[in-house]
Amino acid sequence: MSEAPAPHAAEGREPRGPAPRLRIRYSKQGKVRFTSHRDVARIWERALRRAQIPIAYTEGFAPRPKLSFGLALSTGYESLGEYLDVALRVPLDHVAVEQVPALLAPALPAGIEVQSVVALPPGEPSLQQVVTSCTWHIEVGDLGPSDVAAGVARALEATELPLTRERKGQTVTDDVRPAILDLQVLGPVTEVVAPLAPTATGTATALRAELATQPRALRPTELIAAIDPTWVVVRVTRLHQWTQAGGARREVIDLGPAATPPPHAERRAS
Amino acid sequence: MSSVWTQLEPHLAGVERPARYIGLELGARRPTAAEGAVSWLLTYPDTYEIGLPNQGLQILYEILNERDDAVAERTYAPWSDLEAVMRREGIPLFSVDTHRPAHEFDVLAFNLSAELTYTNLLNCVDLAGVPVRAADRRPEHPLVVAGGHCTYNPEPLADFLDAVVLGDGEEVVAEITEVVRDWKASGRAGGRDGVLRALAQVPGVYVPSLYEVAYGDDGTIAAVTPRHPDVPERVEKRTIADLAEWPYPRRQLVPLTEVVHDRLNVEVFRGCTRGCRFCQAGMITRPVRERPAEQVRTMVSEGLRRTGYDEVALTSLSTADFSGIEEVVEGIVDDPAACGQVSVSLPSLRVDAFTVGIATQIQKARRTGLTFAPEAGTWRMRQVINKLIREDDLYGAVEAAFASGWRRVKLYFLTGLPSETDEDTLGILELARNCVELGRRHTRNVSVKASVGGFVPKPFTPFQWFGQNTLEELERKIGLLRDGARKVKGLQLTWHDPKASLVEGLLSRGDRRLGPVIEQVWREGGTFQEWSEHFSLDRWLKAMADHGLDVDWYVHRHRTEDEVLPWDHLSAGLHRDFLWQDWQDALAEVGLPDCRWTPCYDCGACTGYGIEHVVASTTPPAGGSQGTGQDLSTADRVTSVPVVLRTSSLTGADR
Ligand code: SF4
Repeated sequence: MSEAPAPHAAEGREPRGPAPRLRIRYSKQGKVRFTSHRDVARIWERALRRAQIPIAYTEGFAPRPKLSFGLALSTGYESLGEYLDVALRVPLDHVAVEQVPALLAPALPAGIEVQSVVALPPGEPSLQQVVTSCTWHIEVGDLGPSDVAAGVARALEATELPLTRERKGQTVTDDVRPAILDLQVLGPVTEVVAPLAPTATGTATALRAELATQPRALRPTELIAAIDPTWVVVRVTRLHQWTQAGGARREVIDLGPAATPPPHAERRAS
Repeated sequence: MSSVWTQLEPHLAGVERPARYIGLELGARRPTAAEGAVSWLLTYPDTYEIGLPNQGLQILYEILNERDDAVAERTYAPWSDLEAVMRREGIPLFSVDTHRPAHEFDVLAFNLSAELTYTNLLNCVDLAGVPVRAADRRPEHPLVVAGGHCTYNPEPLADFLDAVVLGDGEEVVAEITEVVRDWKASGRAGGRDGVLRALAQVPGVYVPSLYEVAYGDDGTIAAVTPRHPDVPERVEKRTIADLAEWPYPRRQLVPLTEVVHDRLNVEVFRGCTRGCRFCQAGMITRPVRERPAEQVRTMVSEGLRRTGYDEVALTSLSTADFSGIEEVVEGIVDDPAACGQVSVSLPSLRVDAFTVGIATQIQKARRTGLTFAPEAGTWRMRQVINKLIREDDLYGAVEAAFASGWRRVKLYFLTGLPSETDEDTLGILELARNCVELGRRHTRNVSVKASVGGFVPKPFTPFQWFGQNTLEELERKIGLLRDGARKVKGLQLTWHDPKASLVEGLLSRGDRRLGPVIEQVWREGGTFQEWSEHFSLDRWLKAMADHGLDVDWYVHRHRTEDEVLPWDHLSAGLHRDFLWQDWQDALAEVGLPDCRWTPCYDCGACTGYGIEHVVASTTPPAGGSQGTGQDLSTADRVTSVPVVLRTSSLTGADR
């Protein structure tokens, strides 16, 4: 260990200006989807320390690593596109950024896989700021495509789609129709993998939805509740997180067309 | 080998904290058993959060999985929401590692650290689809065994356990594995009785069904006799001679979800000879066996690197007594591998300024709270319990703590101790008030927390003959303290529920006649009794009454020297006459110094086993006083000092 170049700052090498940051794209699939957002944050803290990435800490009595995530993924959901920003104490100089995924891989539990790591240019806004919408794969249990299509059509035709939600302890009703940027029925699913609820028939219908995250995020279960509160969501996978660049929409870190598998094609972690 | 995962999976999103049930921890195994191997399901009969960090089970998990003829997996008590799903859907208890059903294992091994988990043990056995009563099990059912501190009196669970292990488990699990392996290879010769008779031959293994208990007219035990000539009359505990040979856990489990003691834990020594008379953990784990300092350093640095933890606890019953503790702690600070932030916890601080000095020296930022355990309010009372802390020691420690910048001090006390008067009880208030005063000299925001637990006498301690205070008496004493504490600004008083102490007292010194009581409480829904939302004293009182048993007789009665105690046919290595003499000394208010640094009292722990203390230093620690540790048998008492270490090279960069 003492042979390796010191991954942390030597005295007098205090960084100037904003801390350098890494942005990590990763997937979360299989059993590990039952960990909470808080759990995942702690898993990352330990994995980054194990990989000897020089994380920056907050000041104060109980210093915490400076990690920031985008829109939290609910416990039980899978994702092919999660993001995490890591503030560094010092610039990464003992290892190239391309080598970071390989360093992190053995430090992460089965089901969490690093897809890409990039160094962020100084001044790059946070994930909370840049992400404007997410694409979701949603499966609704025990319901055929025609029933689902009818519900979807009703929702899309409606001029207003009111939904009552809890917000900071208050019940608020607002129109969620503007947050639905795209909504399509994909077709029947004959075997639900990674289920979130039991199904009577073992079948489901798949939807693909692009939902806005700003000004307020619309979540997949909220979308379904707004369409028809009797529908049961049996699987949710986040496929993309989008940002705006030069008037066009693009993935926050694009892996290229071949690199993003559809949710049924992946090798499942168990 | 089957798995219940696909049955379980659709229900997990609907229960609290589903990550409890998925396994996948760093260090977890998915072992495949070789033909004829013995499979163990290591079970902690409480929630995952409490059970996962249990070091005893983690050690056995590794030792067993290193063997060619054994595999070990883990499970914990499913919380009541999942239990309801499992019962409704017909899902049996399963391992978290491979989700294999519990009934497919050869051995269901429980760690018993607290009496209030007994009903959970029955519940786990039942959820496994195994008959709860040992007598109803057939040869193909798993063996239900238990180890841990509570098994020094396993008699209340005698109806439910096939075998019990006394003492250190490191060696005996191998011997049990061999017996079970050979029995399986023989086509289960002799049926269940065949394997149990063979297990009874293994030193440290007690098979309750092979003993007959006879009762006298006065309700006390007349005799406990082996049913067969080859069954030992007395079962002795197991003790490993040298901790250095057992550097476990090597691969401590790192959970994916939050648990208690969520940090690297390195055991620096086992055993304690301070001789606190209330402390069962100290008595039954003698003699003291230190881990070499070099091995501690290696386990810490490799452990931190492997796990990614930023906190390490150096665990033992009194870590400040570890020979050369200062150098070891400094070694952790100066290790370049401690890159970034590493904090060290020293559970069970000794009460003196020296100890505060260590804490001060190694910590740079996080001066939140310090914890001391004077245990009793007056010097007289502390002589009775052999916790020989002078008031000056405590005040010196508290003064040093406030002077070094700590703002909060926590003090642990017991009430309901032998010969305790109201003056002794109120002495707790006096000490706490003086600590507040001391703090005022240094800070306006002083906070002193006094935590009071009702004393529960435990087997194999000098107080095993003492009649526990009644519920009313404990409530009255806590009331006295509460009234007094109200008038002291800056002092907060918390207490352990005396109703729970009553049930703990019942089970800790009970006998086999309590079996049906435990079974009834379980059948009426009394699981998770450690959790206040599930605990019900009434259920226990009703079950006692239904079986014609007298709570008062079991809990509050003083025992005489000649009474046969339910655990007299077991041995923790301590001579009974040593314990009785120590009880008499207690009543005479005579203290007994630590035998590490004075001549041996021949308590039996070393002499009877041909081993001795393994300590690097033959002189007592600087600071002198005997104030130490805490009674680990009281579950809610976690005394630790979080202190932040930074390598000197980092102090600048982090500012
Ligand atoms: S046998 Fe002697 S030295 Fe060993 S623990 Fe007992 S009193 Fe101490």
